[in-house]
Amino acid sequence: MPSRTGSHSPAGFGRSAPERGLLLLTVLVLLEGSVLPLGAASSPDISHHANSDKHQVADVGHNATKKPFPVLAVEYDRVQIPFEISLWVLLASLMKLGFHLIPRLSSIVPESCLLIVVGLLVGGLIKLAGEEVPPVLDSRLFFLCLLPPIILDAGYFLPIRPFMENLGTILMFAVVGTLWNAFFIGGVLYGVAQIQPANPSDLHQLDLLPCLLFGSIISAVDPVAVLAVFEEIHINELLHILVFGESLLNDAVTVVLYHLFEEYAGVGTVTVLDGLLGVISFLVVALGGVLVGAIYGILAAFTSRFTSHTRVIEPLFVFVYSYMAYLSAEIFHLSGIMALIACGAVMRPYVEANISHKSHTTIKYFLKMWSSVSETLIFIFLGVATVDGPHAWNWTFVTVTVILCLVARVIGVVGLTYVINKFRIVKLTTKDQFIIAYGGLRGAIAFSLGFLLNQDHFPMRKMFLTAIITVIFFTVFVQGMTIKPLVELLAVKKKQEAKRSINEEIHTQFLDHLLTGIEDICGHYGHHHWKDKLNRFNKKYVKKCLIAGERSKEPQLIAFYHKMEMKQAIELVESGGGVKLPSAVPSTVSMQNIQPKKPPPVKAAERALPQLPKGREEEIRKILRSNLQRTRQRLRSYNRHTLVADPYEDGFGDLLLKKQKMIELEKKIKEMNNYLTVPAAPPDSPTMCRARLASGRDTDFKPAQRQKGNKNGSDPQAYSVKPTSDRVPTIQVDLASPQSPDSVNLLDEFRRAEQPRGEAGPDQGLMMKPASAQSGPNKSREDDESRDQQQKLMRCLSDPGPSADEDEDEPFLP
Amino acid sequence: MGALQSLPGQPEYIDLAEKTGFSLEQIGVLHKRFKQLSHNEETLRRDHFNEIPDLACNPIRAQIVEAFFDKRNFRQNDEGTVDEIGFEEFLVVMSHFRPPSLHMTEEQRENVRREKLRFLFNMHDTDNDGTITLEEYRHVVEELLSRSGALGKETAKSIADAAMLEVASISMGHMEPDEFYEGITFEHFLKLLSEFEIESRMNIRFLNMDATTLCK
Repeated sequence: MPSRTGSHSPAGFGRSAPERGLLLLTVLVLLEGSVLPLGAASSPDISHHANSDKHQVADVGHNATKKPFPVLAVEYDRVQIPFEISLWVLLASLMKLGFHLIPRLSSIVPESCLLIVVGLLVGGLIKLAGEEVPPVLDSRLFFLCLLPPIILDAGYFLPIRPFMENLGTILMFAVVGTLWNAFFIGGVLYGVAQIQPANPSDLHQLDLLPCLLFGSIISAVDPVAVLAVFEEIHINELLHILVFGESLLNDAVTVVLYHLFEEYAGVGTVTVLDGLLGVISFLVVALGGVLVGAIYGILAAFTSRFTSHTRVIEPLFVFVYSYMAYLSAEIFHLSGIMALIACGAVMRPYVEANISHKSHTTIKYFLKMWSSVSETLIFIFLGVATVDGPHAWNWTFVTVTVILCLVARVIGVVGLTYVINKFRIVKLTTKDQFIIAYGGLRGAIAFSLGFLLNQDHFPMRKMFLTAIITVIFFTVFVQGMTIKPLVELLAVKKKQEAKRSINEEIHTQFLDHLLTGIEDICGHYGHHHWKDKLNRFNKKYVKKCLIAGERSKEPQLIAFYHKMEMKQAIELVESGGGVKLPSAVPSTVSMQNIQPKKPPPVKAAERALPQLPKGREEEIRKILRSNLQRTRQRLRSYNRHTLVADPYEDGFGDLLLKKQKMIELEKKIKEMNNYLTVPAAPPDSPTMCRARLASGRDTDFKPAQRQKGNKNGSDPQAYSVKPTSDRVPTIQVDLASPQSPDSVNLLDEFRRAEQPRGEAGPDQGLMMKPASAQSGPNKSREDDESRDQQQKLMRCLSDPGPSADEDEDEPFLP
Repeated sequence: MGALQSLPGQPEYIDLAEKTGFSLEQIGVLHKRFKQLSHNEETLRRDHFNEIPDLACNPIRAQIVEAFFDKRNFRQNDEGTVDEIGFEEFLVVMSHFRPPSLHMTEEQRENVRREKLRFLFNMHDTDNDGTITLEEYRHVVEELLSRSGALGKETAKSIADAAMLEVASISMGHMEPDEFYEGITFEHFLKLLSEFEIESRMNIRFLNMDATTLCK
């Protein structure tokens, strides 16, 4: 939307200052990230302040020649731009903070409304203070700086599956629906303007084209507003993706309509040829945007393949490539929003497989932070701009617009659903239709587009702006505030607990294959068939190119399992659950409960050797198991304000703090270990073996694991047949990966396969072991080694330095 | 059993339509496909299914094919397997994948849900004893991962174990160490997948028009 942005700069807007501001701001955005781009916003202030400040500066400079060295000098204008940027950001963040401290308020009124009110107040204060209200919601600032983070966040965390499953419906609403809205609103408005005799001064001057332009501006559902409201009402996934997807994809329609009507508003007529060109232009804008985004997405994925040695800058690639995609699309007037969505959605699966867990967390937090701040600022600015804006209130025009918006939306949704339902497998009910229609909120994009209009071409600009603001306020306040009670009143299905158990994952996969199979038997190529083909293609070629190492071959189910295991392991470490008393653990179903009971006599004999108190061992296993099995919450993709607490992250973050705790933990486990094993260090106690197995990376225990594998992996105690080693039991490794032995060793074989040579650092000690174990008892050396290794492990866990790198190669969490 | 006279007479179609809920056009299309698969014979056998080229790379092909020969899926309260099926059985099995209609009472929805889940359950419960044992579940996961080589096979076991433990902890809550969880009963299966929205997921689009010419 550079043309939107570039074409018009508001009156009283210094040229150089904003330019400088933007430059600075771009640098800031790229380098700092957290400082959001308000340079342009505050720049008018600069010119304003600059005048008064100049004297001061001159005075200071003048005085400095005469007076002694100034101990304290005031030089505000040097820092003004970043200072004011920071002030705005701070204001936004504090507001957000404040609202969440008053839970009752935010449960009644949506945050977006509160933020607009704050904006109104701030604007009012500025006006009262006699200052000139900065044109904060300047289009350039809005489209280049405030909007991209929100859209990228939406695109990167877009729930691909429901989105693709409902793509047809979404496109229908986004394209046909928006077109219908634009033409209906524009057309009827023109009609109203013509038949209105009482108000000849204003409305009679309205031509058809400005009306249509206005219609196209006002008809597009706004992603920012939709996100803000919908994530508070926790609507079910289908409705959410329908409304939200529509708001994202209608961008292409809006861009084309806007340009088309703006272009011909001066000329006055649109021919059929122009209309045809408009249609072609729409295809180019939409598909071109997607293409640009996809190219950058693939580039980003490909780049992330090689970042394993420079983990620190990994997140940057995601942001920069996405921003480049957005800007590149804007260069050609393509749909930047669609480019961003495509870029984020394309790169995500590959990037996630390549980057480290920490980078993943960084990306997540940065995106959430950026989009959250951007959104807050947008709403505040909307309020400020309302106070500021030159208004031309026209009762007829405004009322008719608001009513038309509602009517057009309802007719559009009902009509389109009637058609769509003929093709949908899961039909949209009346309730669904109501929510879709009611959720059509308008927002700041419309305002920015209206702001861009040229006063010369559109003498009604002020009236348009006022009407746009009214519609935005109406939708955000009235609809936004009532939608929540309505959802409850209608008992619309809410979003379910986003817990995703391993069983559901298995059945998701199973169902996919089943439906593909049934379609093949039915003999027609349907949705599932093509999805299957695409998946296969993806697995066969794309993943190999874009994902480094073995992870490209990992099936989805296994990847999911690893993630889950990882998360639970970390949580176990975090909670210190390993040492808590068994009674503290709520779920007490253990592996033994589900094993087919077949106690082999051999096993009994073997177990007699270590003299294990069976109950005790069982308890430990129980703890480990039950911890493993607790189902976990997945990150909600939509929520931009509250990152759902991800135990894994906290686990990593807290590891540093919990070092002390860990040491204690370790001691306790050692005590336990002593208790479990015969004190004279008989080498083959199952516990110790398990510890070693759990440590996982020691290749020398492969034989043991093999044997275990042969025994169905079902009996944790059956693997005590293994090469003797004279090691002091160092169970502390259990902390690093406290899964149950069964799952761990298989998992670890993976890891080993994954990183055939990546085992430098802390594991060297372990790699040495086979030699030492066979070279006879060398107790002291072994002791040293294990202590050394222990230290290394601690370092690895607590220190985010390079030695922790291989931890990062492990599967990360969603 | 299988050998139903499958002349494409209209009255018989109406009969089938009532039984399975398919429209006459859909039945016509499916019948055409049936004959294509069976090489114009009256019945379908397993090797007919195995000839379908697209099905060849499906990891759970064996279970899918078996489901067509499982009497439990014929809605006749019968058990066991058959060697060949007629068009009616084919249609009845297919009808499990019919999308639900727009207006349903809660009760109907629940029935559809149970029916579809029962189909899945039967696919897992190969020995027909009303429970999915650990062995059976392992088999399911192994099949699912059978395309990923040895890598998958190793992990499949632990995934199945983990999944089974999850079932046990969801459905049993507390268990003493010496207690034994035999396997997933259908009730547990329902509970387990209560969030799964099977009624809106286990559907495919049955065409009203003939598009089989496109496919092999």
